[in-house]
Amino acid sequence: MGTIVLKEIVDNLGLEVKTCAEKLETTKVSGGYVSDLMSDVIANSKEGDLWVTIQAHQNIVAIATLRELSGVIIANGKQPESETLEHATQENVPILLSNLTSFEVVGRLYQMGLRSS
Amino acid sequence: MNDEVLYRKRFDIQGRDFSNAGNVSSQVKAVLKEIGIEAYVIRRTAIAAYEGEMNIVMYADKGELEFLIDREKIQLIFTDQGPGIEDINLAMQPGYSTAPPEMQEMGFGAGMGLPNIIKNADKFEIQSEVGKGTTLHVIIYHSKHPE
Repeated sequence: MGTIVLKEIVDNLGLEVKTCAEKLETTKVSGGYVSDLMSDVIANSKEGDLWVTIQAHQNIVAIATLRELSGVIIANGKQPESETLEHATQENVPILLSNLTSFEVVGRLYQMGLRSS
Repeated sequence: MNDEVLYRKRFDIQGRDFSNAGNVSSQVKAVLKEIGIEAYVIRRTAIAAYEGEMNIVMYADKGELEFLIDREKIQLIFTDQGPGIEDINLAMQPGYSTAPPEMQEMGFGAGMGLPNIIKNADKFEIQSEVGKGTTLHVIIYHSKHPE
């Protein structure tokens, strides 16, 4: 499965970019993972995955950093806490927002050719 | 010779401090990367470190991690001053959790913490005393997993 540049996903899904706008063109997404359980994501996501979740607290940044995920899409119109964004900026984790549900977001990512890596 | 400690570091972990939760695991991971441990071993250690750290953050007043590396293995020793675990066998069952609803809403306390640690450890020991605290000892061999 080929990789997709994060910028293409942002444009295609109309995501609101909250952090790391400068690295969208250079960030490669190799797969996707969707879950709202921290232990599930830490155990089962893969490096380079784009993570879709409705969790918006700052521990999502710790997970994304530890697992070297390519970014986080917070779905369902949930707004991240300001600490989440500060932490994500420090750690270079792209945080993207969508008003779509997780189901819709994942469906569109799949349609773009993204798979579980 | 293999037991000679090449690297040792002690980290404090503050209970209920969700804003810094994950920092200790990130530092552990950074050390392993820097000394060139295999990616597969780093992944397993990072998962165990994260879950051990989160257990202290979620349940204990405070705790610490002692992180040791020798020629053949990585050791993570978590010690906390926490409530202790009443029934260790139950706590090790996937899906069992005593986390309060507000933590579960944040996606913690899914009952996967100890199972994740056990799955990624080569050796695992747990000791706990109700009202006193819990110690977790995780060993992951690094020389046996070339990748």
